Amino acid sequence: MSNKGGSNLNDTKANSSTKIEPSNAQPEIKQDNVLTLEKSIVDKLVSEFGDKIKIAYVKPLRVRVEVDSSDVIKVASFIKETLLFDHAESVAGTDYPKGNYIEVVYHLGSYTRDELAAHVLALATRTSRDNSSLPSLVNIYKSVEYHERETFEMLGVYFEGHPRNDRFLLPEDWADIPPMRKEFRIKGR
Amino acid sequence: MSTEFSNETLEKNSNNTGLQIVKESEEDRLMTLSVGPQHPGSGHFRFTVKVDGDYIVHCDPDPGYVHRGEEKMCEYRNFIQNIPHLERPVIHDSNNITYSYSLAVEELTNIQVPRRGQYIRAIASELNRQVYTLYWLAIYGIFLGHSTMFMWPTGDRELFIDLLEMLTGARVTHAFNIPGGVRNDMPVGFSEKCLRQISYFEKRLVEYENIFYNNPLMRQRTEGVGLLTKEDAIKLGVTGSVLRASNTPYDIRKAEPYDVYNEIDFKVQYMKSCDCFARAYVPFLDMKESCYIMRQLIDKIPQSGEVRAKLQPNPKGPAGEAYRRVESGRGALGYYIISDGTPKPYRVKISVGSFRNMLALPHLLVGAKLADMPAIYWALNYWPVEADR
Amino acid sequence: MLKDLINPTNFNVLVGKLGDVLVKALDQPLGYAINWGRIWSLWPVHLETACCSVEFGAASGPRYDVERFGIIEAFGSLRQCDLVVVQGTVTRKMAPRLRMVYDQMPDPKYVIAMGACAITGGLYIDSYNVLPGVDGIIPVDVYVPGCPPRPETLIQGTMLLQEKIKRSKIG
Ligand code: SF4
Repeated sequence: MSNKGGSNLNDTKANSSTKIEPSNAQPEIKQDNVLTLEKSIVDKLVSEFGDKIKIAYVKPLRVRVEVDSSDVIKVASFIKETLLFDHAESVAGTDYPKGNYIEVVYHLGSYTRDELAAHVLALATRTSRDNSSLPSLVNIYKSVEYHERETFEMLGVYFEGHPRNDRFLLPEDWADIPPMRKEFRIKGR
Repeated sequence: MSTEFSNETLEKNSNNTGLQIVKESEEDRLMTLSVGPQHPGSGHFRFTVKVDGDYIVHCDPDPGYVHRGEEKMCEYRNFIQNIPHLERPVIHDSNNITYSYSLAVEELTNIQVPRRGQYIRAIASELNRQVYTLYWLAIYGIFLGHSTMFMWPTGDRELFIDLLEMLTGARVTHAFNIPGGVRNDMPVGFSEKCLRQISYFEKRLVEYENIFYNNPLMRQRTEGVGLLTKEDAIKLGVTGSVLRASNTPYDIRKAEPYDVYNEIDFKVQYMKSCDCFARAYVPFLDMKESCYIMRQLIDKIPQSGEVRAKLQPNPKGPAGEAYRRVESGRGALGYYIISDGTPKPYRVKISVGSFRNMLALPHLLVGAKLADMPAIYWALNYWPVEADR
Repeated sequence: MLKDLINPTNFNVLVGKLGDVLVKALDQPLGYAINWGRIWSLWPVHLETACCSVEFGAASGPRYDVERFGIIEAFGSLRQCDLVVVQGTVTRKMAPRLRMVYDQMPDPKYVIAMGACAITGGLYIDSYNVLPGVDGIIPVDVYVPGCPPRPETLIQGTMLLQEKIKRSKIG
């Protein structure tokens, strides 16, 4: 991870998730597979990339992997080709002004491998707030095309290699800062 | 003067006057059409298509006419206050869009839902699936010029709305699912009324099939139109009925059963023909299956018990994140919620089926005939308000 | 002299003048007849702005059937319409389009603001992309409150509008 300091929110997240784990909302599923599949996914990733990736948590059916923005293409292709997570469900950008970074999370799912149907792998990467740009995954996952375009206009993260970093949902004459940045305050709040 | 009007003189003159002669090119043959937002067949959505004669060669969706900044608004309200405005994107499927929100908040704040509450949730969710699909079907009927198919589903939809009104107190905006369960218990006599309505509706479904799906005109307009192969469907990451029409049996209710769905016996409905007809027929099969599910739910529901867990006034949990999905009328509907330990979410991302299915629109329209556009567009199970959020 | 009078350009003016005179003379009965014609054939524009359109659709369904009150189902071309039902939230992106649609319609034209969002911005009053009420861009005749209004409320709103048209003066 690019340690831009002040990532305390993220650290508490990792700790607390282990605390939540025993009383998860879905005990039925948890009992019959004791995170074996999740562990095997993590093992494969770790054996391939070593310390380039950081496993933030392993919860039932959910794995979160954090990578540096320079490795995201390599990791994503590995996830697609070897682990067979074949489509992206959502791309969520989050602004952390305290740590001066923007985090983009890709939620990847699988239609082709039946045993992975319930699993979602969250691939997280970061960029700085001032000069936000990330490599685009559109050549690996075609399904992120509109999601990345939305992230560009909502957070101002430029995706290198994306065919259109362009306005999408906002009005044509939008002249303010991107609205999902935290310093953008909505009326009267 | 007109006698000397040849290309050569024009060229000479144009050099003097600054006029340019445009040679005819490929581009000149193309015409750009803007479909929407004021168009009977677009709803709150606009896309531009370039046509070469009858064929569409380029398509560019332009959503955002109903972009109301739901995700930003979430950051200013606490977990409970967020429910009413989060259901507005699909008011005719509001129990499903608040379902996954409640699941995610429950995971974050560590709340357990009582059994009876889970069953009532599932019943409300299935009823709402019918309401949504009937509305979708009504509009599809209009799109194909089949007015009967507008009138029948809108009429039958009201009966389901009556049931939901009896259960929740509102016609379409229920705000019924809350973190921790549902707002109130079933009223007396609800199950009987529900069962009666289901048996009536199952009879109606047969008539729908006869008048609409077996109609030769409808079949001609949809069969073999807009082929979306399995590989493409997976590559584009489409979801819901569009995915299941492309020979991929994937349903969140089966893949990742939430609440009580792992105790219910049902089949994932899918078709192999990958065309518009399949995309129109899978929701119909879903409605049938939904009736079957509802009978079981009413049969198995615990006769008494709490319907919601006790909440603190301002529920909050430790910092963390949750991503939960349900199967809505338009496919997987996921909420990604990050909490920083305060009663207000730090970030809410709504991953909606409509937004994901939009990617298939240019893919299907390019190469299709202009006359097939309505059939292809609405079969994508696309609800613009939801896609814009 | 006579030639001047009946050449094609003047002819229209002449007929228009004649119409004016007639309207003045027959103000009461004719006005009543024209208004009567208007109130039973209101054509709404097919412009949906947000989620209230679901209830608008339900209102033209068989149970509520607004057609019996003279609101014809929204399928006319813009140039034949005389009613805009603003079906909910007007976002900043939709606002210029709504105004353009309104401007293109021939007179007389009426506007119903349907839903809390169209009246004040409603639930989305503090959103960054929503107009606080549609009456900032087009003149509104009838406000129909609710979120969404029930179809009965919409029907009552249109009946109010018909009442208003019935009492309006011609010319
Ligand atoms: S008034 Fe309510 S239902 Fe109507 S557009 Fe606004 S939020 Fe949607």
